[in-house]
Amino acid sequence: MKLGTNLETKTRQLETETSKTPSILTWGAVALLGAGAVAVVAVHRGEPINALWLVVAAACCYALGYRFYSKFIAAKILALDALRATPAERLENGRDFLVTNKWVVFGHHFAAIAGPGPLVGPVLAAQFGYLPGTLWVLAGAIFAGCVQDFVILLFSVRRDGKSLTEMAKEEIGRVGGLVAYTAVIAILVILLGVAALIVVNALKDSPWGTFTIAMTIPIALLMGLYLRRIRPGKVLEVSALGFVLVLLAIWGGQWASQNPAMASVFSLRAPALAILIIVYGFAASALPVWLLLAPRDYLSTFVKLGTIALLAVGIVALHPTLHMPALTRFVDGSGPVFAGKIFPFAFITIACGAISGFHALISSGTTPKLIARETQTRMVGYGAMMAESAVAVMAVIAACVLQPGVYFAINSPAGIVGQTAVAATATISSWGFPVSASEMQTLAQAVGEQTLLNRTGGAPAFAVGMAHIFSQSLGGAAVMALWYHFAVMFEALFILTVLDAGTRVARFMIQDALGHVYKPLGRTSWYPSILGTSALIVGAWGFFLWQGVKDPLGGINSLWPLFGIANQLLATVALCLATTIIIKMHRTRYAAVTLVPLAWLVAVTFTASWHKIFDPNPRVGFLAQARVLAAGPATNATARLIFNNRLDAAVTAILVVMVALVLIESVRQWIAVLSGREEPRVKESPFVMTRLAEEKG
Amino acid sequence: MTRFLQAVRVLLAALREIFDEAAYERFLRRTDVISSKSAYADFLRERESSQARRPRCC
Repeated sequence: MKLGTNLETKTRQLETETSKTPSILTWGAVALLGAGAVAVVAVHRGEPINALWLVVAAACCYALGYRFYSKFIAAKILALDALRATPAERLENGRDFLVTNKWVVFGHHFAAIAGPGPLVGPVLAAQFGYLPGTLWVLAGAIFAGCVQDFVILLFSVRRDGKSLTEMAKEEIGRVGGLVAYTAVIAILVILLGVAALIVVNALKDSPWGTFTIAMTIPIALLMGLYLRRIRPGKVLEVSALGFVLVLLAIWGGQWASQNPAMASVFSLRAPALAILIIVYGFAASALPVWLLLAPRDYLSTFVKLGTIALLAVGIVALHPTLHMPALTRFVDGSGPVFAGKIFPFAFITIACGAISGFHALISSGTTPKLIARETQTRMVGYGAMMAESAVAVMAVIAACVLQPGVYFAINSPAGIVGQTAVAATATISSWGFPVSASEMQTLAQAVGEQTLLNRTGGAPAFAVGMAHIFSQSLGGAAVMALWYHFAVMFEALFILTVLDAGTRVARFMIQDALGHVYKPLGRTSWYPSILGTSALIVGAWGFFLWQGVKDPLGGINSLWPLFGIANQLLATVALCLATTIIIKMHRTRYAAVTLVPLAWLVAVTFTASWHKIFDPNPRVGFLAQARVLAAGPATNATARLIFNNRLDAAVTAILVVMVALVLIESVRQWIAVLSGREEPRVKESPFVMTRLAEEKG
Repeated sequence: MTRFLQAVRVLLAALREIFDEAAYERFLRRTDVISSKSAYADFLRERESSQARRPRCC
């Protein structure tokens, strides 16, 4: 009898092993291909490399990360339970809580997390070469960003869709909640200031771009009227119509740029554009402008999804050559795009494509209320972040297909390379990246601009890269200007949507908080409160925008690292929360899954903050720059710059101190739980069996 | 072919959800009204507060 049972067991084992063989062979091949592609990307030097190597390396890494690492986390740490009813099922109300198809939730989640960050960050970090950005985007996403989004989504699902702030308050303590709240506001303010600066830098002295973006306002109004009066609720239809009109506006921009009268109206300097954007931001926040804002949001999403898909197809089909070297001399910290060494600044500059604390807000916002099964959090949380990381790889490619000299000419501020085209190109050529003034003039003419020099911020370089890729096929060089302005319009539209949505979100958060002090201030329909809080938020990000516009180093040098630090500090809070919950769940042996990215982020953000505040190099350290300015001739502008630098240093210091408090509070909790002094109690909602399982059972 | 059609259906459903068309249909069902200018205005009013609070990432 026993012999028979053993034989049966052995036979079953053999069958299982045989059935696994094709799978093992397939995944082995993927691993070999991925390792080979990563090795080529990492080791190749000298000759230009084809972009397809990056695509293959990324595809294999994502496939392996999703198949093995996310599955390991799902099985061993989170123990995803398909039988446990989610809030979408238990609290279904047809509005916020709703059982939704997993692919639909995936699309919804991706549309919310994919902003301009994964496009801009990698373009700026390309000053170090294509290698650091690519490796960080791949490793950061697989081991940190996707993990953060996945675990926070699941923890929110198990807590009735609670927000990051609420969960931090319950699981870590009041300090956690307060810091998460403050970090969110700080990130929003800095993000909005930087985002507005990118738009200003992309549109300054560009009548074509300014005309196209200006035209999106009447187009959005028309869409609003169409939705409200002609075909109520037909958003997809009207968005397609709006898209066609935007294409016409791009085409019309060419005419506007060539017509002297129109060109003079739409050729605006940076300060004028900054004022217009500040006024627009205030109007977007304070007025009940559903007629403009909702259609614009839809139009932006429509363009965003379409362009990302188009770019992906374009890169795979045309597989351009990367001209940027794997590593440039600027890994030593002397880069013109932004100052600072590869560690920690590459990891601060690229946030959204690798890990972004902001995603934790979305993973604990709308998405957990739509998830039908716990098991779907893996695909939505981990998978959507992988897709965003793929967008960042595309941005690396778009930046690195440019000749390095051209890339640096576009992205370097005049304060570093010189005021004239001849001086700028001579400086850049002296770094070993040859470029000439006539070459830059020809390129500017090809894309329909007066100049491409000193167009800092990342967006113009991305647009030139994208136009360069597409001009190799669809329409050739003849339509390069149209592609360039399409890319500029896409980024500016995208960013303006983030700007008005972000301003409103921040306004609501401030009103919620002020409502605890004086009730009417919390009423979102009370106009004095609306105007006051709108002015507060717009004034805050407008301050950073103005600071960037007036900064002789281009603004991005100071503000983008500040934004990166704030965003990664929020990720630190999210990973502190995740680690605390994992330890409380008695999964301490696997806590390294969130603890290692947490340790890495602490090292990166705290080092970066230290450099930004105290580094003696005035291009890196805020205080050093203030000292240098103070030692020079005193003017009104100098006094303002000194104040700005000191304020930036203070903001960075406050953020770091607050996150350090969360870290200390979290470690205190971990020690208390692990030493047995405190009972590990997670604040999950009680288990309820799904209806589907009950029906089956 | 069936799989392809299924994929197209899911893609369309995702787009309808992203662009709030599905939310409007649910609103019509929930409130038991037919689509009209006033129904869409009511939907927008109801949607405004949750839309305004929906974060968008960088």
